Amino acid sequence: MMRLQKTEILLVVTALALGLSSLISPDWLVFTSTLAVAAALVVMGVVMLMRAGLISFGQGLFYCIGGYAVGLGGRFLGVTDALALVGMGIVATVALAMLLGLLLTRYREIFFAMLTLAFSMILYGILVKSHGLGSTDGFGVVDWSILGYQPDQGDESATGLWLAVVLALAAALFLNRYFQSSLGLACEAIRENEVRVEYMGISRRQVLYINYVIAAALGSIGGSLTALTAGHVDPTMAYWTISGEFVFIALLGGTGHVAAPFIAAFIFILVRTYAVELFPNSWQLILGVVLLLIILFLPKGIWSLFTRKQRAQA
Amino acid sequence: MGHSLQPKPWQRTLLGTATSLAIASGGIMGFAGSASAQEGTFKVGLVTFLSGGASGPFGVPAAQAAETVIKAINEGTLPAPYNTKGVNGLQLESVVIDEAGGPTKQVEEYRNLVQRQNVDAVIGYISSGDCLAVSPVAEELKTFTIAFDCGTPRLFPELESPKYFFRTGLDATADNVGAAHYLKETRPDITRVAGIQQNYAWGQDSWNDFQLSMKQLMPGTEFVDNQTPQIFQGSYGTEISALQTSRPEIVHSSMWGGDMEAFVAQANVRGLLDQATAVLTTGESGFNRFKDQAPDGTIIGGRGPFGAFMPDNDLSEWFSKAYEAQHGVPPSYPSSKMAQALLALKYAADNSGAEGKPSDEQLASTLKSATFESVSGTVRMALSGGHQALQPMYYGEYHYSPETGPELRNVRSYTGACVSPPDGHDAQEWIKNGFPEANCN
Amino acid sequence: MLTIWAILIDGLIYASWLFLVAAGLTVIYGVMRILNMAHGSLYALGAYASASSIGWYYASGGDQLWIAFALLAGCAIVIGAIAGFIMERGILRLMYGRDEVLMLIVTFALLLILEDLMKLVWGTTPYFAYQPYAALGRFNFGVLTVSGYQIMVVGVSVVVGTILWFWLERTRTGKILRSIIHDREVSEAMGVNVRRMFTMTFVIGASLGAIAGGVTAPIISVVPGIGVEVIVVAFAVVVTGGLGSITGAAIGALIVGLARAASIHTMPELELFIIYAVMALVLIFRPNGLFGQATARKI
Repeated sequence: MMRLQKTEILLVVTALALGLSSLISPDWLVFTSTLAVAAALVVMGVVMLMRAGLISFGQGLFYCIGGYAVGLGGRFLGVTDALALVGMGIVATVALAMLLGLLLTRYREIFFAMLTLAFSMILYGILVKSHGLGSTDGFGVVDWSILGYQPDQGDESATGLWLAVVLALAAALFLNRYFQSSLGLACEAIRENEVRVEYMGISRRQVLYINYVIAAALGSIGGSLTALTAGHVDPTMAYWTISGEFVFIALLGGTGHVAAPFIAAFIFILVRTYAVELFPNSWQLILGVVLLLIILFLPKGIWSLFTRKQRAQA
Repeated sequence: MGHSLQPKPWQRTLLGTATSLAIASGGIMGFAGSASAQEGTFKVGLVTFLSGGASGPFGVPAAQAAETVIKAINEGTLPAPYNTKGVNGLQLESVVIDEAGGPTKQVEEYRNLVQRQNVDAVIGYISSGDCLAVSPVAEELKTFTIAFDCGTPRLFPELESPKYFFRTGLDATADNVGAAHYLKETRPDITRVAGIQQNYAWGQDSWNDFQLSMKQLMPGTEFVDNQTPQIFQGSYGTEISALQTSRPEIVHSSMWGGDMEAFVAQANVRGLLDQATAVLTTGESGFNRFKDQAPDGTIIGGRGPFGAFMPDNDLSEWFSKAYEAQHGVPPSYPSSKMAQALLALKYAADNSGAEGKPSDEQLASTLKSATFESVSGTVRMALSGGHQALQPMYYGEYHYSPETGPELRNVRSYTGACVSPPDGHDAQEWIKNGFPEANCN
Repeated sequence: MLTIWAILIDGLIYASWLFLVAAGLTVIYGVMRILNMAHGSLYALGAYASASSIGWYYASGGDQLWIAFALLAGCAIVIGAIAGFIMERGILRLMYGRDEVLMLIVTFALLLILEDLMKLVWGTTPYFAYQPYAALGRFNFGVLTVSGYQIMVVGVSVVVGTILWFWLERTRTGKILRSIIHDREVSEAMGVNVRRMFTMTFVIGASLGAIAGGVTAPIISVVPGIGVEVIVVAFAVVVTGGLGSITGAAIGALIVGLARAASIHTMPELELFIIYAVMALVLIFRPNGLFGQATARKI
């Protein structure tokens, strides 16, 4: 029986608090929180890759597959159980990631980034061309249930939030252990100095491959949750600017802690929605300025604000 | 090398405090929610493109039209029967949201509009994807919503038993059936037809509907090519070459905005438009902009009786004058369509029989199956159970001279019953079966 | 046979445009290792500057074609240089020595900011400065036509490419730049003022991007968002050709241009993917791009 670490206890408590907040929060906030948690899941995948020194501009590929799996499973296969739909997304994504990973793990830096972007855009192109899937209009997601429980009218947002929170908590706990495991540490070592890692007898490609596939699975869960919440899927999910947003959030939060993507995702979504409301004509400007300020003053992401006390005084 | 930019301790504390305050206030703002509309006002959310490629030709003209019309509504300066102040006596207040970001984001923003900003109604949506994503949410949140422009024929077939969602504009099927009728009447001898559409749902649906219609109305037509460049591609050199090698007589295009203008200019210079006549289903938005770049005889449509196709009536005269006075150019079709949606709102509010602010249910039941006057003539909400407008489709030829400016000639109109399928018929099936129950007289 | 000629001509025209757009990007990346996402914004700035200046000129009654062209080139270069200078000195300079990844996000933030700034300055109405394009007429080759303006663009890109190549290969400054491309630290150790070189490189790269936009403006309708559309295409060409290599950018542009033209004329369904497929194929066989130099592994 593994002892829960302090971080993990905090994570569980936060997750519970978030889930319970659905009882008192206004509906729009519950909805937005669910989207933020879903985005954070994808961002966790980006962070996994960043810890290995790779920037992926193509997480949108798996995000989109997860979303479309939910949509297609509901519409064409008649599956309405949320967990089953998420599972279908994971299966499809992992299959594709195992294939792509064979190619992508050979590359680094910008080549990795561009290739991931390319594959994501290829999926976008395929979806845009497919008239039967609604092309750029996408299509709606069916009403869903969880293990037989059908949320009543008005409870749907809360159910969505709970589902997202539970899945995110599971992922966060898993990643917390993963980052401390030999696999996770090997990733960081690869970022620092690949050649030495190879000399030590660890297969770089194998480590990166497993890392990539797990990150893909996380992206898929995020996409499935988004589809379940928003009730609609469309090819934009695979467009490179969406992947760019995830990278943006990852850098906002920093790679220091498992909880960082969540905080960053919340801040990003809240800043964006208020910017849109208050500055409908210049919200991109506001977003860009906020980002710049954070990068300039908090290069290790927002999380560094909370760890400064632990940093030894220089 | 490079000066260190590590924040000093006091800076860090300041930043840390600032960030925490920001997050906290964001949370508090979130819980508190925006103030509701003041007493005596009706708050309407307007969603339209304020950034990106669709903002120039559609989003901003629509937002500008809203400004003009709302001001007039509140002052009571509209012509009859809308000459009362406000909507059902309430001053009309608007909140404008950018439609950019994709359907998922728009679902989020719609919920924010309704639940955080507490708007009483929503008008908007140019992009079909956004309409399709938002319409079920409108029904879920039971909020009176009018789509003013989006052109997907899938909207009501995919929306089960709509109660609160309405569309005061026409769809792509009407555009393209109308175009086919116009060609049959004015160019009966043509046989070679090509197309160039933006490669996304709108372009694909448009070409599909046009092809099906032409096969019914002009069965001898040969479709020699259809080019599908990416949306916002801007430069169509290769596509024009490909079209030229197939030597069409007619080039059909559903392209819009900057893409349409660029294509017309490039095709004109390359000589494609000497050989072939262009049929531009959204061409009216370029009516005041083409100048001599579009050759005389180019066939343009305005997605209905909008913009330059508005019939002469008190409302359209007033609107053209007021819009041009306030914004410097005559209104194009997106502006007219936004005006129409606002008039629909006023009609629904004024005739709802409510004391004070009408509820969503009252507004919806008033607009359902209603007939009201607009800048485009009479609008009958006659399709999709009373939620979809039925209006005639117009097409005309563009002519330009430097002295007299642009004008429309040889304008033909086709009744709504001629270009839109009756309820219960799938649009594509209706066309393939030869337009059963259509009334084109 | 006609199709083959069409493919060659169209491919060449598109390739020349691609090269103009990608040249600035590859120079900046090669020297500074900055993935400038704001390159698209510089392209858009150049386009807006040209389109609005040409529009103003013709609206105020001018009709001298050569003045229009001078305005086109001049405004684009000037605005590109100024913007590039401000960006580099003002913001990017603060980021040197930090993680390269952060630089990417900084340029992404600049992209967002510039998009809205351009919208605030120039509005959302499309700018349609077609006069120079129309004035150069067309040439007929049987059924095919080629616009004179597009031929001019090919000429411009050849000239720009030659100047760039000559500058990098034959001048002293060029050699210094190439040494920085190869190894920044060693160059600095040898006494090169890398910071000044960086500023110069960025300004030149930015101007190149703006010129590409300026030259394209009379062909298209300039609207918000054209910058974003261009970025991915430019990156794909740069990566295909090899980062930091002008020859690579040119050859990469040619390959992508011809592939795209071939696809449009013969297999239009592939058009959306072709650029990514080409890039992926090239990278599979040459992991550093066509002319990219494999960087030495540090142990």
